Amino acid sequence: MTLRSLPLLLAGLLAAGAAHAGQADHVRAANAWIRVMPASLPAGGYVTLRNEGDQPAVLDGASSAAYASVMLHESSTDTGMGRMRMVDRLTVPAHGQVALAPGGYHFMLMSAATPVQPGQTVQVTLHFADGSTLATDFLAKPANAL
Amino acid sequence: MKPLRLVRLVLLLGVALLLAACHREEALPWRLTNISGHMPDLDFQLTDDNGKPVTGEDYRGKVVLLYFGYTHCPDVCPLTLAHLHAVLQRVGPKADGARILFVSVDPARDTPAIMHAYVNAFDKRAVGLTGTPRALEALSKRYRSAFTREPSQANGQYEVSHSSAIYLFDRQGRARLLATPAASQDDLVHDLYLLLETGT
Repeated sequence: MTLRSLPLLLAGLLAAGAAHAGQADHVRAANAWIRVMPASLPAGGYVTLRNEGDQPAVLDGASSAAYASVMLHESSTDTGMGRMRMVDRLTVPAHGQVALAPGGYHFMLMSAATPVQPGQTVQVTLHFADGSTLATDFLAKPANAL
Repeated sequence: MKPLRLVRLVLLLGVALLLAACHREEALPWRLTNISGHMPDLDFQLTDDNGKPVTGEDYRGKVVLLYFGYTHCPDVCPLTLAHLHAVLQRVGPKADGARILFVSVDPARDTPAIMHAYVNAFDKRAVGLTGTPRALEALSKRYRSAFTREPSQANGQYEVSHSSAIYLFDRQGRARLLATPAASQDDLVHDLYLLLETGT
């Protein structure tokens, strides 16, 4: 490496650092919980995301060491039919909020590594479109919680 | 008869008629959609969550809340069942005269054992029913309900789209009311209480 390329490298590293201080840093998660189901059936995960930043934050996935897979879904009961669809990206507007709540957007958590019991806390990492992440503690609640 | 006494008699008769009208079931102030006379009586041949063959007749004497769903449904089905559990809790001890019948639209995955664990996580008065695809389709069609298995994903998982209505039957097995999942708990408590009170 020549001495001349050093400033360029430093600039690149700084830019990368700035990118990591990204969308997730402006997002606050609240009321995060999981509806625990029996017999290792898929569970629903819910959270309210508030974006305190000046730019939209785009949620594009989630993961957890406690579950083999975490997917973003949206339920609807329009026209009297209960349906579910996969959602690739969910935008939290600047200075706005989005609720993942029963009957609408939710995480589908599948194949728990070990059975999750109500009362436990499960960490789920939320992934944003710019690569930033937000580790969030979800409280496990019984199946019939409202 | 003196004119005054006649007026009194007529008034009394009027009041009696009004009271009788109030006690007629048709005059009950339902808040949910009244489907009395528009849907057939409860009738099916399925297997309950203890593995026992059951028919609609087995639930005569109970007020029935019928709902179609499946255990791999992580959001809408649990929400509806949690909602119904809360409604039964609010009705109080009288709600022991009611049964939630959770009918599977996914017989390939919903064995009686899984149904048992599932319904009991919500309410001890909930019964999980499953059966042959033909028997489940017959029950679904009987109430003009529908379900469709969606294409499998890469991991083999699949969803089942299904009608989200809740059907309420009286103790004689007659279809009486229809609720959407969006129905308020207050309305469900109100009408369930009336159904439990008016039945024999």
